[in-house]
Amino acid sequence: MKVGLFIPCYVDQFYPGAAIATLQLLEKLGVDVSYPPNQTCCGQPMANSGFEHLTGSCNRLFIKNFADFDYIVCPSGSCVLHIKHHLHSENNEAEAAAMRGKVYELVEFMTDILKVKTLNAEFPFKVGLHQSCHGQRGLYLSQMTELVAPAFSKPRQLLNMVKDLEIMPLDRPDECCGFGGTFCVAEEAVSVKMGQDRVTDHLNNGVDYITSPDLSCLMHMEGILHRRGSKVKVIHIAEILNGKRNQDKP
Amino acid sequence: MSSRGKILATVSKNQPAYSQLPDISFLKGDDDNTVARFIDTLTTIGGKVILVETIADVRFLLLDELNNHARKVTTVPLLGDMMEMVNKRLHDPHTMENIDYAVIEADLAVAENGAVWVTEDKLFTRVLPFITQHLAVIVKAGNVVPTMHEAYQKIGDSTYGFGTFIAGPSKTADIEQSLVLGAHGARSLTVFLLS
Amino acid sequence: MTGNKDHAALAEVFNKDENRVDWHDETLWFIRKKRDLAVKKIDNWEELRETASQIKNNVLSNLSNYLQEFEAKASANGVIVHWAADAAEHNRIVLDLLKQQGITQMVKSKSMLTEECHLNEHLEANGINVIDSDLGERIVQLAKEMPSHIVLPCIHKKKEEIGELFHEHLGTPAGNADPQFLTETARQHLRDVFLTRRAALTGVNFAIAETGEFVVCTNEGNADMGAHLADIHIASMGIEKIIPERKHLSVFLRLLTRSATGQPITTYSSHFSKPREGKEMHIILVDNGRSIQLGREDFRNSLKCIRCGACMNTCPVYRRSGGHSYHYAISGPIGAILAPNLDMEKYADLPFASTLCGSCSNVCPVKIDIHDQLYKWRQVIVQKGYAPTAKKVSMQAMANVLGSSWKYHVAGKAARTVMHLAPFAVNNKFNPWYKHRDMPEVPERSFGEWYKINRNK
Repeated sequence: MKVGLFIPCYVDQFYPGAAIATLQLLEKLGVDVSYPPNQTCCGQPMANSGFEHLTGSCNRLFIKNFADFDYIVCPSGSCVLHIKHHLHSENNEAEAAAMRGKVYELVEFMTDILKVKTLNAEFPFKVGLHQSCHGQRGLYLSQMTELVAPAFSKPRQLLNMVKDLEIMPLDRPDECCGFGGTFCVAEEAVSVKMGQDRVTDHLNNGVDYITSPDLSCLMHMEGILHRRGSKVKVIHIAEILNGKRNQDKP
Repeated sequence: MSSRGKILATVSKNQPAYSQLPDISFLKGDDDNTVARFIDTLTTIGGKVILVETIADVRFLLLDELNNHARKVTTVPLLGDMMEMVNKRLHDPHTMENIDYAVIEADLAVAENGAVWVTEDKLFTRVLPFITQHLAVIVKAGNVVPTMHEAYQKIGDSTYGFGTFIAGPSKTADIEQSLVLGAHGARSLTVFLLS
Repeated sequence: MTGNKDHAALAEVFNKDENRVDWHDETLWFIRKKRDLAVKKIDNWEELRETASQIKNNVLSNLSNYLQEFEAKASANGVIVHWAADAAEHNRIVLDLLKQQGITQMVKSKSMLTEECHLNEHLEANGINVIDSDLGERIVQLAKEMPSHIVLPCIHKKKEEIGELFHEHLGTPAGNADPQFLTETARQHLRDVFLTRRAALTGVNFAIAETGEFVVCTNEGNADMGAHLADIHIASMGIEKIIPERKHLSVFLRLLTRSATGQPITTYSSHFSKPREGKEMHIILVDNGRSIQLGREDFRNSLKCIRCGACMNTCPVYRRSGGHSYHYAISGPIGAILAPNLDMEKYADLPFASTLCGSCSNVCPVKIDIHDQLYKWRQVIVQKGYAPTAKKVSMQAMANVLGSSWKYHVAGKAARTVMHLAPFAVNNKFNPWYKHRDMPEVPERSFGEWYKINRNK
């Protein structure tokens, strides 16, 4: 199987380490993975702001870059959810539909397609797991506290394979961090308050690192942690699963 | 066109394609320990349950209780000699304003929420269970059903001018979520459960 | 009260008092947790939600017939049925009914529909004194405010503030903020109101097409105290409150209060079929935009709402902005998908007051796809031209850059270079992100650049 690596625009520009970790992790798992260099953005920032009608060119580029792969894998729940729901083509809707079925977020790709059972990674730290909403409630990466249904968690499943990693419990395990796309600046006061509360929950529960399958949430929480002068760091789940100590510096 | 005509015309035009009504007969409660669960639930929500064997036991317990109250009424014939009897609709319900203690009957109780079901024919005057300061209800243990599904099966298509489920004393938590028992309805609810 | 301010501006004001926001947020989260405890006791809770959802889907698809069936059955029971196309007509009908009987005072129990219609203002302006009998509603009435939550009207008020209101208006001792004492005061004060009012108005939780009866749920018993002592009982109802058969109440009454407050049921669930002998019972079926919403394929499911408020309790934005930030009778997630139907320009801000986290849709007892509708309203509002110009311009620019590979790479590199060489260009007060958050660090290379070097492709 040929896998196309889809890297969110802001990860490409600001968090290349997470993208490198994703690539290396997939390579280690024996996946034939490559990165189409002309990709840009999934279109979500416009769509969530009410401008879905402007995402035609993003859609076209996406289809053009990723048409020939068996799977498209991306280290971001929200971007994957957007593509799954909103990738359309004016000329070839059947092709867009097929692609919507082939796009996977990294964690679910590892648990559901690759069916990973062991990982060669260690991370001897206390870790807070942030359940990003789009990944959790949108892609159903893990059970949500709203439903009366059996518990499960794909991110946790993978983190449990990492040596010496301790997942710390949280007071509110799946509350939103408040990033929300353009919400983070359009409703700055509420966005920041939500982020502050998330960060405080993690700090109160003694974490060394906050991890998540979604860097947008982490970027927002990191901004708050830095401003607070906290020693707690954020780290994308790919970097932990890849064995942080072995990765190349960007 | 009247408003009625306009509304119905727009509704007819705009309503979506017909969607089948689901069968709800598969929804049922668990028959285990219904009485115990009823007692537990009603007690948790601020009501009181007293298990008795016969109506004579109720009479015995009431002897003491009634001394605490000025005006006491009942709709239950077997208690009619102990207190004021209400057996027909009052012309003016306002005259019930000073009732302190009222004893009524219910034919149905629900374990999952501690509620009893009373209808107008048993109340005679609708305001009675609300206007009294304290309310007592006599229910047979055999008439406790597990959930609202069984309750509505029992109610069936009976006709009533008014009926109500009463689950515990009136209450409010509107002031900073502090639970206060005794809002506008009865301040207390006691169920005499006849085995 | 709110002037021209939108949700973001009002929420910013709300957030100036962080302790108060924490208090508001924790109170509502506590109610969400009570809801969780209650629903987890019902093994087949999700089946119950699905059943309720399907019943409501059927109702919307057959609404015209059900309304006529309800009218026929209620009328046969001696209930007088009125139809109001809009809020003004509803208010006129109520006023006329009171004037006909020479009534100048009315007691009212909770009805969000009457808030939507601004009934109290209309009646007061026409010489009718209205007293809200629900404790929370009485409190906001004394404070001259709108309720901030559809189930917990004064959840935004602290007990000291309530104590002050009661001291000013009901003569309680200054400084007394004891909930027990204040509730007892309200009991005495309102008891007198119940005993003297000849007219009582209630809302309607559910109306049964099969039998013509309607159900009113309260914890306080205020709807009953009003209705059973009055000469005329008026019930105001949105046309979407219909359910097909009496037995369906078993589904909805099991879902409603558990979702709302975590209680298994309200203290009173009163079923009204016929007026008391010699008295009058009226029901007003109100449209006020509902028939229009019914025609909106993407948004009609919002009419399934049973007004439980669970969406508000779980919404992380609502909890940190308060109901008044939504400047509409019905706030929170459900308000945001109902209001634009009535006035898209006035309420254009509401669907954007969300991160689309999806919590609301998953607590909704009738499975309204609230967060999907929030997304879809955003598209409609922008298409209709209600987006701010600055946003339109920046979105167009973003689409332009992100839709082209070379432009994206150039822009990305430029942004990183500026941030690296001149951080003050973005680390300043003109950058809303920077107000309370640091900007991300600038890496030496983008991933694309790294890949080119390290994978030779």
